[in-house]
Amino acid sequence: MSEFKTIDARNTFCPGPLMELITYMKQAEVGDMLELLSTDSGTASDVPEWIDKVGHEMISSEKIDDVWHLKVRKLK
Amino acid sequence: MSQNYHIVCLSGTREKLQMAAMFASVAAATGDQVTVFFSMNALPFFIKDSDQVPTVEGQFGELMESEAGVPPFKQLFKSAAELGDAKLLPCSMALDLLQIDGDALDPELGPPTGLTRFLNDAEGGQLLTF
Repeated sequence: MSEFKTIDARNTFCPGPLMELITYMKQAEVGDMLELLSTDSGTASDVPEWIDKVGHEMISSEKIDDVWHLKVRKLK
Repeated sequence: MSQNYHIVCLSGTREKLQMAAMFASVAAATGDQVTVFFSMNALPFFIKDSDQVPTVEGQFGELMESEAGVPPFKQLFKSAAELGDAKLLPCSMALDLLQIDGDALDPELGPPTGLTRFLNDAEGGQLLTF
């Protein structure tokens, strides 16, 4: 199954989108995949940093029409 | 490796409350140990049902007030406690001056704490003041 749960954090500023992601990450099961939508550029660099430090997987990061799509997988 | 941050939050201006809250929430959610000590003009915002609005120091405070998408600082402190187990401690001296006890504060705040205790706990960690 390659299904992403989408978290829409558009139009909120740092660290709002990251906090949204972390909230959902805590509730998710190991192996779950989440997609964070953000219009905040700082978030696009902060999320991979957080994922790396905490030990989850960054699947992809893509900007489409001014919206960042950050896809991650919970690993632990 | 996780860090041990002790944040002293004194100012009642939006800019400083916001930055302290951003720092606390991100550090705590990243696995760092975070303790926030609230005193002076920063404390009254955490009295239950307080409708006090922080003063604005300059341009950034005004920008943050006008943008709906800026996360409220109280919500960020709450996230720091809920997502990252940050300790939010009110200064016992400030409570004495306000003539209230710890029960009058928002539930996410911990026990009233004196400076001696806070400084003992902060030993060896990093101290940041806002």
